[in-house]
Amino acid sequence: MARLTDANVVVAKEIIARFPRPKSALIPLLHLAQEQDGFLANDAMAHVAELVGVTAAEVYGTATFYEMFKFERVGRYCLNVCTGISCHLMGAWELLEHAEELLGVKAGSTTEDLLFTIEGVECIAACTEAPAVSVNHRYRYRVTPEDMDRLIDDLRHDRLGGEFPAHGVLARVRQRTPDNWAGTGAAAQQAVDAR
Amino acid sequence: MSDVKTDAPADAAPEPPKKTTLSITVDGRAHEAQPGQLVIDACEDAGTYVPRFCYHHRMNPVGMCRQCLVEVEGPRGPMMVVSCMTPVAEGQVVRTETPGVKRAQEGVLEMLLANHPLDCPVCDKGGECPLQDQAFSHGPGESRYVEEKRHYEKPIPISDLVLLDRERCILCDRCTRFADEVAGDKLIHFISRGNATQVNTFPDEPFASYFSGNTVQICPVGALTATPYRFKARPWDLTQVESTCTTCAVGCRIVVQGSRDQLLRYQGVDSDPVNWGWLCDRGRFNFEAVNSDQRLGTPLVREQGELRPTGWSEALARAAQLIREAVDAGGPGSVAVLGGARGTNEDAFAWARLAHDVIGTPHVSAQLGDGMPVGLLALNRATIDEAASASTIVLLGPDLKEELPVLYLRLRDAAEKRRSRILEFTPKPGGMTRYAWKSIGYEPGTQVGAVHAALANDEIAQQLGAGNVVIVAGRANLAETSAAQVAALGELLAAVPGAKVLPALRRGNVVGAVQLGMRPGKDGMDSRAALAAAADGTVECLILVGSDPLSDVPDADLARRAMAGARRIIAVDALPSPSTALADVVLAAAAFAEKSGTTTNLEGRVTTVGQKVTARHTARPDWMIAAQLAAALGTDLGLESEADVLAAMAELNDSYAEISAAALAAAPDGVLAHVPTTLDPINPPTVAVPDRNSYDFRLVVSRKLYDAAVGTAHSPSLAHLAGGATIHIHPADLDRVGAADGDSVKVTSKRASGVFQATSDTTVLRGTAWVPFNQPGGTVGELIDATAPVTDIRIENL
Ligand code: SF4
Ligand code: SF4
Ligand code: FES
Ligand code: FES
Repeated sequence: MARLTDANVVVAKEIIARFPRPKSALIPLLHLAQEQDGFLANDAMAHVAELVGVTAAEVYGTATFYEMFKFERVGRYCLNVCTGISCHLMGAWELLEHAEELLGVKAGSTTEDLLFTIEGVECIAACTEAPAVSVNHRYRYRVTPEDMDRLIDDLRHDRLGGEFPAHGVLARVRQRTPDNWAGTGAAAQQAVDAR
Repeated sequence: MSDVKTDAPADAAPEPPKKTTLSITVDGRAHEAQPGQLVIDACEDAGTYVPRFCYHHRMNPVGMCRQCLVEVEGPRGPMMVVSCMTPVAEGQVVRTETPGVKRAQEGVLEMLLANHPLDCPVCDKGGECPLQDQAFSHGPGESRYVEEKRHYEKPIPISDLVLLDRERCILCDRCTRFADEVAGDKLIHFISRGNATQVNTFPDEPFASYFSGNTVQICPVGALTATPYRFKARPWDLTQVESTCTTCAVGCRIVVQGSRDQLLRYQGVDSDPVNWGWLCDRGRFNFEAVNSDQRLGTPLVREQGELRPTGWSEALARAAQLIREAVDAGGPGSVAVLGGARGTNEDAFAWARLAHDVIGTPHVSAQLGDGMPVGLLALNRATIDEAASASTIVLLGPDLKEELPVLYLRLRDAAEKRRSRILEFTPKPGGMTRYAWKSIGYEPGTQVGAVHAALANDEIAQQLGAGNVVIVAGRANLAETSAAQVAALGELLAAVPGAKVLPALRRGNVVGAVQLGMRPGKDGMDSRAALAAAADGTVECLILVGSDPLSDVPDADLARRAMAGARRIIAVDALPSPSTALADVVLAAAAFAEKSGTTTNLEGRVTTVGQKVTARHTARPDWMIAAQLAAALGTDLGLESEADVLAAMAELNDSYAEISAAALAAAPDGVLAHVPTTLDPINPPTVAVPDRNSYDFRLVVSRKLYDAAVGTAHSPSLAHLAGGATIHIHPADLDRVGAADGDSVKVTSKRASGVFQATSDTTVLRGTAWVPFNQPGGTVGELIDATAPVTDIRIENL
């Protein structure tokens, strides 16, 4: 897939300029790349590496450390069930299986309607509220199978309003970019919707 | 802390000398540790080996594996600390054998083994594996883990030379730290997180580091294996001998390992003044060439136009006859001896005796028109350590990463750790450029001016005046004579008279060969002049001692004319080459690891090379061939054994006066030979370099690590790593000639013209073009005139 678009290179350079060292802009730029393609394409990661002056392997190592970055196309909602040690003890695997049954796909895959991707993930740092689940980085705590039923049903029928933006919308990175930039704000949401 | 005042009275009695060590206790024994030392090293010095996986004393500690836990007495009783991350302190009490430590060690090992496949019987590392060894010595013996283990596809290639079995990896961070800290090639990284963490490369971007083999050696498990060795042997079947790599002049210390009279592997040995345990991949893996089935095992003589195998007596008689005929026809000066830099000191010494004393010719040279005047070796010589600790390292020579790889590692380390500033002068930015404090690009032929301008710069002048300066000097460009380079060096030495010089000459034992006499005698010709004389027939007989003018001499036409013009050619070699194919007599030489002796690296360090396998068929060491040829010519050199040669060297050559078997046995890092007093230091010439016509490009030709050199070409694992001989041009210049990346362009010099593929390359200076030398199928030598101060070329789009 693609390198960053010219418009996104402009945004990237602006972001890099905010940091004392270009390398520090790595994560925001990966978000930008993910917004552009819906996931991190190899070419985009290599491009980010060039922009911040590190090797592609370093970008890849950093990107794969975080659950929030995807390396292939995912659904509108990324449902992450934590299977870290605390959640594991509190029934995470049963919860994940339950979600698999509900959606009819295995962990790591995406429903045919491109609405959901489910994944078991390493600890998401909510161990005191285990088992924890996150959807596009919005958390749900002490989740029971019944909670899961309701959550999936609500998301499917779009009943949760703006609480769960589509995967890839860059609330944080975009915060301080001027509104008239390509792919910004509402335009970004549209771009995501259009994917 | 520096401004804390001590209120010692001015007239106090002189204090007893300050203690420079720290007193600690290790398992109840008192020990004096070095300040700044880590507990793990202090324990080792005190005789207690603390088990470890991630710690490696040549890299920064990371505390990754937790195997090195020990107890240290603290204010609230004993504390468990990671000994590879804890510095020693005065009065420290360390315990390594308490029940608590034992439990911790067992716990860590049980945990590491929980995910480990335990496939030792089919693992290359089994038998020399720190995980296996320490599981026995410090492990619990039992595992409580009964669940399914991880499974990965095995093995995956992370480069052409290195394979990775991810399930064996214990995530110690050694290979990745090596790639980052030591090699500067951050092409492998931890990928993913938690239980899924693994070492890997970026998709489709291999770990193409010149130093990748080191990761295999330092991996504490069998996760990384080298393709040339995988499944070839078990460690307990290997026997080994210590030696020195003579592939280039760095002289890295190695052990040569083999089994059943076959070479199987070289491993780096940590020599503090030289290689710190590291090797480059070319040096590590070119043992394959020794095993090659192309090796010359018996002498050959030409009969009716064809080379046919023969016995030694006939071959030596024929060679002697050829030499006598030449001497009878034109005197001793009609014989020229070229080479000697690929063998041992003993080889070079014996050949120098044969050439100068027996044949009586002054036309002797260990370099092949690609080096520097031998006077470079008469300058105030620096050691590698001196270079790597100088305030300023001036680079005025080849791309060290390509030509002297482990020297590059040492100097890169000096720059990265901020001990030294690198001031680089180069016609083509290369491996060291990104670590340079200042890199000054110059167009070939204008280096004198570049040095002059730099010296006039206040900041540079101040830097050069501020501390030790070491100049690393050699030939940066094969498409110009060495004159301007020598003049630039002279300019620098005049401005910084205290500077020391580290010669950046590439061939394995070139320094030893030159110092031991493989250099022009009185009124002797260097190799360029000798080849020219062969071309016009004044030199009748060429003797090639492990040299291949047709591949090694930059001026291809000169080499060809010389080989055609010389009526008699004697080649001494271990492998066939384009030049041996034209010889009248080929004397089969023993290869590296088939003979023992000594070698001299670029700083003048003499170390041993060891014999591991018997020489191929009847091949024999060069020194023995020289002695036998001398005998056939009627002179007894008195050299019966390699020990005789060493003794004669010490007796007859001042530089080597202190070198003896006993001295070398007592000094595993080798003994420095003296800088020769019989050589005249280089004499900076005045150079007249023509101006470049603005339509033309000035040609830079230099070597890459992997090329068509015999050792690489006959090592199947390395041969395919040699790139192509495309012409590299700056993208803006490429535009100017109306060509694009990948286009074929016509390149014309005064000498010849040829078609090259163009490569767009932003590292190439504007107005210049760069072509790597001696690449498979390359023809850049056709463009070069060895006598021209520079080579200007016209580039046209086809
Ligand atoms: S591959 Fe070997 S050296 Fe690299 S992290 Fe794994 S165990 Fe350590
Ligand atoms: S740097 Fe030179 S001496 Fe060292 S391993 Fe490589 S080729 Fe051999
Ligand atoms: S284990 Fe699930 S949040 Fe930490
Ligand atoms: S050796 Fe100390 S933590 Fe690995």
